Amino acid sequence: MVTLIFLGKLADLAGEDTREVAAPLDWDGLLALCDTPLADEISGERVKIALDGDVLADKTTLAALAGSEVALLPPVSGG
Amino acid sequence: MAISVQLLDTPFNPGALVGPFTNAHPGLGGVCTFVGEVRGGNGVEALELTHYELMTRPGMKKLASLAAQRFGLMGLLMVHRTGVMHPGEPIVLVSACAQHRRGAIDAVDFCMDHLKARSWFWKREKRSGAGPNGGWHWIEPRADDHTDLARWQ
Repeated sequence: MVTLIFLGKLADLAGEDTREVAAPLDWDGLLALCDTPLADEISGERVKIALDGDVLADKTTLAALAGSEVALLPPVSGG
Repeated sequence: MAISVQLLDTPFNPGALVGPFTNAHPGLGGVCTFVGEVRGGNGVEALELTHYELMTRPGMKKLASLAAQRFGLMGLLMVHRTGVMHPGEPIVLVSACAQHRRGAIDAVDFCMDHLKARSWFWKREKRSGAGPNGGWHWIEPRADDHTDLARWQ
């Protein structure tokens, strides 16, 4: 399995903070798992994707194997 | 050189942290401390900060090391809240000590700009009132946050 982590407003859109999905998972597979509003948001240039804690320079190259964690990261607002 | 990075999910007292931090660095020439608090007004009732354990803490540690090296610090304390907070509660504390004031002041400024614009936190606020203006709203990053960050490049 691959663990998806939805951060910030993406958790609201997904209706959950985490989701376990079948491995392996690539970009097209990820979009296929999401309903349209969420997929649209994830496709936008402001959302980044991290695989096991490392941000992907190009999220469409996602290749997550069993046991890995994929985080969906909207723009941050800290402090 | 002592670096301390803390993520806390309960309220903290900045003074109780800065005192011991300062005492731990005898011989320092200056300490600079910034404390950010939940702003009141505009109907804000609460603020919630979410983080991502796998990235937030490592990112803060990397930032702290970078600042310590860049500004030649003797010590750096970086504390950030997560969870639900109310107006008047501290969200963030950065305290730096150095042999000279400029290093300490600049290090805190540098850390705050990076915490605001680059660190892995997501913020939403709860506003009073009914309808679309009330309830929880995610906070979008401000353009100013990125302008502030550009000062260090």
